Amino acid sequence: MAKAYRWLLPHPLLTILLAVVWTLLQNEISAGMVVFGIILGIIIPWGTAAWWPDTPQAFHPTRLIRYILIVLWDIMVANVEVAWIVLTKPNAKLRPAWIVVPLDLRQPEAITMLAGTITLTPGTVSADLSDEGHSLLVHVLHTEDPEAVRDDIKHRYERRLKEIFA
Amino acid sequence: MNLELVLTYAIAISLLVGAIFALVGAIGLLKFNDSMTRLHAPTKVGTVGIGAFLLASMIHSFTFSEGSFHELLIMAFLFVTAPISANFIAKVNIHCRSCDTPPSPPRDDTWSTLNVPEADRALAADAKSTAKS
Repeated sequence: MAKAYRWLLPHPLLTILLAVVWTLLQNEISAGMVVFGIILGIIIPWGTAAWWPDTPQAFHPTRLIRYILIVLWDIMVANVEVAWIVLTKPNAKLRPAWIVVPLDLRQPEAITMLAGTITLTPGTVSADLSDEGHSLLVHVLHTEDPEAVRDDIKHRYERRLKEIFA
Repeated sequence: MNLELVLTYAIAISLLVGAIFALVGAIGLLKFNDSMTRLHAPTKVGTVGIGAFLLASMIHSFTFSEGSFHELLIMAFLFVTAPISANFIAKVNIHCRSCDTPPSPPRDDTWSTLNVPEADRALAADAKSTAKS
C-alpha cells in the first residue's frame, strides 16, 4: 500500500503546490479548476519522478513559513544597505570578497534553498559549490569583516534550514 | 479622506519605491567596474524593485477592479528563477577567470566550475595556446 502510494505520489507537497499554483493562475476559484489542478499535481510529479528520485525525508512547512518571513525582512533591510553602498561608496573604497561557507547541510534541496536565499539577499551572491558539495562559495559586494558575514549566514539561514529539513 | 484615496496614495508610494530601487540598480550596473561586483546590482532590482511594482499592481486591482493574485505568482517564480541566472553568470565569470581566483575550499579539492575532467585538460591547454598564437 505504502509502495503504491509512493509510486503514485512521489512528492505529496509538490502535488499540493501545483494544485494551488494552477488555481491561482485561474484567478478565481471554481470546483472544476481545482480538480484539474489536482490532476495536474498528480501527473507532473509522477512524470518527472525520474529526475527527482530522493524525496526529503522530513519537512516542516510551519518552520518554512517563519523562515520565509525572516528572509523577506532581511531582503528589505539588505536592499537599503546595498542601495546606500551603491550611491555613496566610491569604487576605490569598495571591499568585495570571496567567502567560503562550510556546509553542514547534506540534502540537495536544502543546499539549493540556502544558495537561493544568499543570492536573493542583496550584497551576497552564491557563486559555486565545491566538487563534493561540502562548501559554498559566496561573493560579497562590500565587507570589512568576511568572518562575520560567514557566521551570519551559518547562524541565520543554515541553522534554520537544518531545522526545516530535520 | 476615504479609503480609495488612501489606497491611491499607497499605490503611488509603492511605484515610487520600486522606481527608486530600479534606478539604484541601474546606477550600480554602470558604476561598478568588476564583473562580479556588477552582478550585485540586478539582484536588488529583482527583489524589492519588482516587488514594489507588483504590490502597486495588486493594490490597484483590488481597489478599482476585481482583484488579482497573479502578482504573488510572478513574485514566487521570480524568487525561484533569479538566483539561478545570477549563479550562471557567476560561474561563467569564474570559468573565464574574469574575476579574482576564489580561495580553494577547505574540505574538498576544488570548486565544481574549476573542476576540469582529466580528458578535457589537454583540450583546454590546446585552446589556450592557439588563442595566444
